[in-house]
Formats: sequence, C-alpha cells, structure tokens
Amino acid sequence: MATVRVQAADFHVGAEFAALTAGRSDIGGIGCFVGTVRASPGGPRLEALTLEHYPAMTERALAGVVAEAERRWPLLGCTVVHRVGRMAPGENIVLVLAASAHRAAALEATAFLIDWLKTKAPFWKRESFVDGSATWVDARETDDAAAARWGSPPAA
Amino acid sequence: MVVDQRAPLKVLWFAWLRERTGTAEELVTPPAEVATVGALIDWLSSRSPRHAAAFQNRRAVRCAVNQELADPATPIHPGDEVAFFPPVTGG
Repeated sequence: MATVRVQAADFHVGAEFAALTAGRSDIGGIGCFVGTVRASPGGPRLEALTLEHYPAMTERALAGVVAEAERRWPLLGCTVVHRVGRMAPGENIVLVLAASAHRAAALEATAFLIDWLKTKAPFWKRESFVDGSATWVDARETDDAAAARWGSPPAA
Repeated sequence: MVVDQRAPLKVLWFAWLRERTGTAEELVTPPAEVATVGALIDWLSSRSPRHAAAFQNRRAVRCAVNQELADPATPIHPGDEVAFFPPVTGG
C-alpha cells in the first residue's frame, strides 16, 4: 500500500517512517530520499523557492509513478509526500520512502521514484532572490537522463 | 457517451506560460477542424499576441489533455481540459 500526499505544510521524516512501519514485521529495509531547498552557489542570494502545481493532475501523476515502482519491485509499502507553496532555503521539499524485504529493491525503488517524479509530476519551481529578482527554474537534461536510465513502462 | 458539440474547451496555463498569456484558465470554443493539440496551439497562437508569445518556442511547452501527458498529435474533443506548461521541475 502506498501513501501519496501533496501539502503546503512541512513533513516529519520520523513520523512518516513510523506510519509506514507500524505493526509490520515483514519489512527488511526502507530506502529514504529527502529533497531540500538548495541555494545555488554564486549569483544573488536565494530568499525562497515557490512550488506551483496542477492540482487535478498531480496526485494522479504521482500515483502513476508509484504504481510503476510497485510493478517493478516487490514493495511492502511506500510514501511520497511533496510540498507546494513557498519554502525557505534548507526546508524540506519532497520525501520518498520505499519499503521491501531486502535492501536492493528498497534502494532501487527509492531512486526510481524520485527520478521519475522529477520528470513526470506537474510541479514547477520559482526561485526568488533577496535582491527582488525571481526566475522559473529550468528543467535539466540531467533529470531526463536520470529518468531515462530506468527505461519506459511497457505499452498499454 | 454523448458529447455536447458546443461544449467549450477548458484551457489551463501554468508557470511562465501563465505569466505570458496573463491568464490561468480560459474557456474557448475552437472550430471543429481544430481536432488535435497541435492544431489547438496554432489556433490559440492566432488569437492574441500574448498567446503567440507563450508558444514562441514550442519545444519548451508541454501539454496534458484531461490530466494525462499529451503531444501535438493527441486528439482533443469538446469539453476536454487542456493544460499547457513548461517541462516539470519538481522533486
């Protein structure tokens, strides 16, 4: 079973771990990825990151990414929480947890989930700087390459 | 399913495409021959300079039809929700 949430509020990694593992003795390993707001070196100082999304599509896209992970690895649970709205440097943006009986599946599924989420879920980042300027973050070809290394789902 | 042929399309704009068009959401009723995403882009571009500016670099624009990722060949139907946005940058 999977938990997928989009929220403005911060999340607590420990609480999400506890919710994922409560009452379970079949899980042998949990992969964890936390994405945080990073200021780029050089250039104006980052004041905040604002995440916009397409609400009607977001949870569906995330559920699709999770379903593909569940098809590829024997997952015993997974959690994806993505924040939207305004965040300060250092704050959490996204959490991915993937639980399985063994570490390889847990770690690979965690990497897959964040790689696919970054290229398939409708979120957009806008950086605003202390000097008053602001810019939309460009998509990176390295993100496309990271997602592509997992291949495509089989044609329906 | 019976579809009302006069039902407008709901067009949504996100991120810098919303800023270029100056609107987040609009209802439009293109002529019947506008039957694909690509044709809709052409038609919208012809409607105002702001829309033309939004589609100036079409390779930088992504689309979803009824919340599913789409491409220029994807068919559109009256009543559909068509969203235009830049490549996604979440995570």
